[in-house]
Amino acid sequence: MRYQEPFNCFLLSLLWLLLAPAAFAQLKIEIIGGGANQVPIAIAPFKAEETLPQQVTGIVAADLHRSGLFRIVDSGGLTPIPAEPAEVEYPVWSARGAEALVIGTVSPMANGYWDVRFRLMDVVKQTQLTGFAYQVTTQQLRNTAHRIADAVYEKLTGDIGVFSTRITYVVKNGTRFELQVADADGYGAQTILASNEPIISPAWSPDGTRLAYVSFERKKPIVYVQSLLTSQRTVAANFKGSNSAPAWSSDGKRLAVVLTKDGNSQIYLINADGSGVTRLTNTSTIDTEPNFSPDGQWVIFTSDRGGSPQIYRVPVTGGTPERLTFEGSYNVSPRYAPDGKSFVFIQRNAGRFNVAVQDFVSRQPQLLTENGVDESPSFAPNGRIILYATEIRARGILAAVSSDGRVRQRLSATAGDVREPAWGPILKSQ
Amino acid sequence: MKRLIFSMAALAILAACASKDVKEQPGAGVEERKPSVDVVKPPVKPKPDTGPVVKPVDRKPIVANPLKDPSNILSKRSVFFDYDSAIVKDEFKPLVTAHARYLVQNRSAKITIQGNTDERGSREYNIALGQRRADSVKQMMLLLGTQEAQIETVSFGEEKPRASGHDEAAYSENRRGDIVYAGE
Repeated sequence: MRYQEPFNCFLLSLLWLLLAPAAFAQLKIEIIGGGANQVPIAIAPFKAEETLPQQVTGIVAADLHRSGLFRIVDSGGLTPIPAEPAEVEYPVWSARGAEALVIGTVSPMANGYWDVRFRLMDVVKQTQLTGFAYQVTTQQLRNTAHRIADAVYEKLTGDIGVFSTRITYVVKNGTRFELQVADADGYGAQTILASNEPIISPAWSPDGTRLAYVSFERKKPIVYVQSLLTSQRTVAANFKGSNSAPAWSSDGKRLAVVLTKDGNSQIYLINADGSGVTRLTNTSTIDTEPNFSPDGQWVIFTSDRGGSPQIYRVPVTGGTPERLTFEGSYNVSPRYAPDGKSFVFIQRNAGRFNVAVQDFVSRQPQLLTENGVDESPSFAPNGRIILYATEIRARGILAAVSSDGRVRQRLSATAGDVREPAWGPILKSQ
Repeated sequence: MKRLIFSMAALAILAACASKDVKEQPGAGVEERKPSVDVVKPPVKPKPDTGPVVKPVDRKPIVANPLKDPSNILSKRSVFFDYDSAIVKDEFKPLVTAHARYLVQNRSAKITIQGNTDERGSREYNIALGQRRADSVKQMMLLLGTQEAQIETVSFGEEKPRASGHDEAAYSENRRGDIVYAGE
């Protein structure tokens, strides 16, 4: 049974849904630091690329550079520019210091699509490492560039590329709050929800088609689930009291949420449509910030049952939670790594809040940041990058740090405070 | 003098009657913790024999609703908390008691208690801390005879700060529970 507020109808006019891209909301990315061993790679302009309404190789280079794991070698001044393996003069690229080379072509197709082909060449061994062809629309060219960067990244690092994934975050501009979704490089931001009341805690469904989030548009926290395909949204949890902290189960069928309908803040499992409520934790203290393990067997969460907020995990079937953090008096906001072997969280030391990771075997926390005002960390789906919110000169921005702490990025909006980031999944259809 | 000031404040509130949400009024936060004489600024100069300056907006009595009467403790709606604490301090117990009595006497009246925190720490953990503050006020009211069905407690966490600063003055103003009556 849903609790109904008797006096909220006039508040609904404060809220409106938008689907149009917000042109002003582009994120700007800065890179700080870099990996120890950067692969020197040259990316030759694709043949006939200048005819494209959207350049491709510049995006590939920017993606690879941003990862901190590549050094982009100058590819200018060659005629003809090689587009096929037979046209590559390897000594020229060796002399420029490149160990890998990307070549490719684009050509228009009769149906209005573009044929984009690329090959990744090993300059040292003078062989092809990988290559793909894509038939795409003009609108898909940007994403195609990200996919090429993913393919190159995967071949040369052995890790999964996440350049073609998306992120979500909240922009606060004055009294206006916008939940936005953008490409991982900050381009193509779209406003999913705009409101005059706060929006927090967006969480991606595992298939990347839905977002769960908390909106205060009805003068209390209520959990919604919204489709990114149809923009349709449903109330997932609106019980008496507060409803917050949604997390998706790994099969996308259930949510863990924090409800206060029975008193204090406790973790419950519900179906994504809001039905079938079962209580997972049972204390008279605070249990919040649930997050499912990738194998679906565990829920990690924050609880102050021991007197201070610490991180615990409990089997998804219930049982006695096990405490995981012992260092310090404030450890919160846990999120599993995609491989389930570690978790990221926020640790407070002497009034400063920083990002830390801890693996389940050594149980030793490792600090990754020192900004002092960090919050809401989450892993990229390849586990190599952690996205979090921080502040610079009292402005909210997003930042990312590689999971080894070496590479850092900042993402700031042209206006307003950016916060509450969450990195979307790798889409299966790709 | 006191009456004059209270009447002025009443006028001010009437003038601002369009904004019903007490919580949203700028500067509304500090007054609860100060002697009520400090409420009205700039200070009113005493004019002997003038009496309350009631040039009524219309001829209706100014104070009809005890919840809105600035001279009534029921017009005070905010309970402030210490850092990392949800304990109702002694200085706010008369306020909570007055609202509990009102709710006992007016069984159809309903309130929402909105818990708030300062900006430090996790947003979701702060939702839970704000909830605990709202629940703490509620528990005291239940002990005084208010019925469970008359109260909903919700939390805004750190999301709706009344003071926007980043210092202890702002933080202490934001560690707060607000009592809002249904229909306000």
